[in-house]
Amino acid sequence: MALDTVLIAQSTPDNLQPFAELGLKPDEYARIKEILGRRPTSSELAMYSVMWSEHCSYKSSKVHLKQFGEKAPKSDALLVGIGENAGVVDVGQGYAVTFKIESHNHPSFIEPYQGAATGVGGIVRDILTMGARPIAVMDPLRFGPADAADTRRVLPGIVAGVGGYGNCLGLPNIGGEVVFDETYIGNPLVNALCVGVMKHSDIKLAKAAGAGNLVVLYGAKTGGDGIGGVSVLASETFGAGGSTKRPSVQVGDPFVEKVLIECSLEIFAEDLVVGIQDLGGAGLSCATSELASGGSGGMKVALDKVPLRDPSLSPEEILMSESQERMCAIVEPSKINRFLEICKKWDVTVTVIGEVTDGDRLEITWNGEVIVNVPPRTVAHEGPVYNRPLAQPAYIDQVNSQKVNVTLPSGAAEIKAAVLKLAGTPNLADKSWVTAQYDKYVQGNTIQAQPDDSGMVRLDETTHLGVAISTDANANWSYLNPYQGAKLALAEAARNIATAGARPLAVTNCLNFGSPEDPGVMWQFAESVRGLADGCLEMGLPVTGGNVSFYNQTGAVAILPTPVIGVLGVIQDVRKRTPMSYKTSGLELFLLGETKEDLAGSEWAFLHGQRVGQSPDADLAREMRLIELLLEGNAFFTAAHDLSQGGLSAGLTEMVLRHSVGATISLSNPAVDLLSETPGRVIIAIDASKVSQLQALSTKYSIAISKLGTTGGDSLTINDCVISLEELRTAHTSTFPRLFG
Amino acid sequence: MRVGVITFPGTLDDRDAARAVVAGGSEAVSLWHADADLKNVDAVILPGGFSYGDYLRCGAISRFAPVMQLVIEAAGKGMPVLGICNGFQVLCESHLLPGALTRNSDLHFLCRDQEIEIVNNSTPWTSSYKAGEKIVIPLKNGEGSFQCDDKTLAELEGEGRIIARYVGQNPNGSRNLIAGITNARGNVVGLMPHPEHAIDELTGPSAQGLGFFTSILNVMVK
Repeated sequence: MALDTVLIAQSTPDNLQPFAELGLKPDEYARIKEILGRRPTSSELAMYSVMWSEHCSYKSSKVHLKQFGEKAPKSDALLVGIGENAGVVDVGQGYAVTFKIESHNHPSFIEPYQGAATGVGGIVRDILTMGARPIAVMDPLRFGPADAADTRRVLPGIVAGVGGYGNCLGLPNIGGEVVFDETYIGNPLVNALCVGVMKHSDIKLAKAAGAGNLVVLYGAKTGGDGIGGVSVLASETFGAGGSTKRPSVQVGDPFVEKVLIECSLEIFAEDLVVGIQDLGGAGLSCATSELASGGSGGMKVALDKVPLRDPSLSPEEILMSESQERMCAIVEPSKINRFLEICKKWDVTVTVIGEVTDGDRLEITWNGEVIVNVPPRTVAHEGPVYNRPLAQPAYIDQVNSQKVNVTLPSGAAEIKAAVLKLAGTPNLADKSWVTAQYDKYVQGNTIQAQPDDSGMVRLDETTHLGVAISTDANANWSYLNPYQGAKLALAEAARNIATAGARPLAVTNCLNFGSPEDPGVMWQFAESVRGLADGCLEMGLPVTGGNVSFYNQTGAVAILPTPVIGVLGVIQDVRKRTPMSYKTSGLELFLLGETKEDLAGSEWAFLHGQRVGQSPDADLAREMRLIELLLEGNAFFTAAHDLSQGGLSAGLTEMVLRHSVGATISLSNPAVDLLSETPGRVIIAIDASKVSQLQALSTKYSIAISKLGTTGGDSLTINDCVISLEELRTAHTSTFPRLFG
Repeated sequence: MRVGVITFPGTLDDRDAARAVVAGGSEAVSLWHADADLKNVDAVILPGGFSYGDYLRCGAISRFAPVMQLVIEAAGKGMPVLGICNGFQVLCESHLLPGALTRNSDLHFLCRDQEIEIVNNSTPWTSSYKAGEKIVIPLKNGEGSFQCDDKTLAELEGEGRIIARYVGQNPNGSRNLIAGITNARGNVVGLMPHPEHAIDELTGPSAQGLGFFTSILNVMVK
């Protein structure tokens, strides 16, 4: 195909262009023509098509997401907010922490290993781009039914991919989730979170300022993988000879990324960059247009200088390639030699591909001919915005008007069977089969990791400052009531870090939904965002960034609305954290919070095929009092464990098995007490001498407490029901090996 | 005592190894794979990771790094050398140690707390332990299954050159439950599990790995 230049575009205004195949609507194409005052060149069309895709432009979600800004609570902790590669929060002692979560759902369904691996790689580069050293990853995962044939294809590949990439980068994997539901059968969710640390002064932004500064591309060479990964593009649209039908899933090389991280950190330490951007979704189209719009807008790039793995790539393909492990930096000419030296030390390919100009146009040339001349903001930030129709779906009234109708266990034998059943059900069973494939020890700063309530890493070996993170979603509740579901997930994530003694500080999110073109899905999304924004405002926690993943649906069936909420908190001294279980006998076990008959959306109801009823209402004022109680009680709690899915039954199972010390529990209404999932509850273990201190806290924070029993023995005994730790362990640990080998 | 810690591109546990060296009472000296001298170190550690991305085979490329020629020379003269995980693989590829590390028998990467028994406490890296002492330290690798031919195995067993064995169920298919071995001279040790991640109960399963880093001080006393 002949090169399409700006000159040619001006002289051939009526050439037909494949905008529809590139995923653009007729009115979007018309708008591009209006912006440019002519038809776009094929390279410009390629750039607009990927940058105006749902993934990059947030065109369906923008009108809702702005609530996170409008309802933002006052926070001194927020150093960099929404809009940059990742938000940055102040955690004290001069340290800043950046964290973000992203989805890589569709690629992971098509090619589980590479999809998951590059999902980890992408989020790690986002964190690195802020100037931070990545220090840990987490991975909330969701799959179709555990015993489905396709789950056996998808799950092992995704787990191996998350591990294969993260382990090779030297990033401890400190937590996540593994949840099964039939709606995820064609749409597994692979969400990846990364957290990084830096000093305040080291924060880097994506901006190309200063005319004459150089645009430098470094890292892996550009290949044909991942072309149009963010849009619906198929690579044959451009018909370039010999290299069609490339995979739209990127292929990762974690070794290159590890070297890129160390090389970049050395470059940052010597303060050699003005601005920086990683190449992820939409590749060079995104990096050049975002860097240029972050500055005054002017930039010239010679695209023919980009080092290629495949010399047959056309300019359009180079602009859209999503080849992994690449970064784009803006460097002052006086610093370029040192920059090149450091790249040489690490054997990293580096090329100056352009410079910042004092104009306001992004101009890209190919062997001297201008193929792109656009105002970069129109590519990066001024894409279409849709206020899509939304309507409460019919199922809401239907399911909300019904009551959960399940038989509750009664008598010792049935109670025992229920506890064992929950212990072994895939959603609640021991996840060691998964987590044993992840390195949790590397870097030597991991204080807590799965199966703890939250992941916790030490930031400073001298002062013992640390951060804790938890990611949570309860899609069953979100299905019954998306507004409450989002708030409840927020509360749970915050509670999960407070049980260890960390104070919640900031929020990130990964909003996984079906098609935004379905008004019912759009309503679920809008309600979830409203709930999260309201919840964050009430709890005083700023949203620092996030990710939206739409189109998670097969035919007419959308996934359950799955807003995954990540909360980050700070702990002043990691040595004083409260662990999730105890190691000794004779301690007193107490329940913080009241238990109501909350079976709607519970694991017990799910096991009986019932997704009906009304979700609990989130009482965030009460959750905040509980968090304060936990933080104050941290001084004398021996152990604290959050209750969520599976209620008290699951919570006790996890506690007694952790260090193989049993417990004797006395319950007045065992079936409901064990199976209900009333939010805002925590089990704690304390020395008998601390009971009066606990009572004082209960009064101070108006949180009900009730004694559950005492620790010790080699069984979990609930009233007259005795379950040996051995049979409980067998039930809990045999599920994953049985299903996945 | 100056203990060098080598960083190859793709090395991951270098900072952890340096931290453990310091905790053990020595000075940690960073060595770069392209270095042309060993900076007067008294001993060298090859840490874990994925040097050169484990391309070809684990350790196969690192073996040719400039610094390795110096390590091979120094080891020949008796310098204590410890290779952990990927470092063990590099030592095998360098023929400083016999055998090879192959894929775990279940083909998965495995990270878990592993009990091992110190079988030989006469090396410069194990002298702080009692013979027969059992410790729990992390095991984390994808290629940790120690394999060698029958003759080599008989030699290793016969000459007391197995320094540590896995206790309980074989985690990765290693012959004779081998977790670590030494060379004929006893100065070069390769170990699959990670003592540098067990120097502190706060961040590891125990502090029982510290002995590998305190042992080296005994060399100087001698």
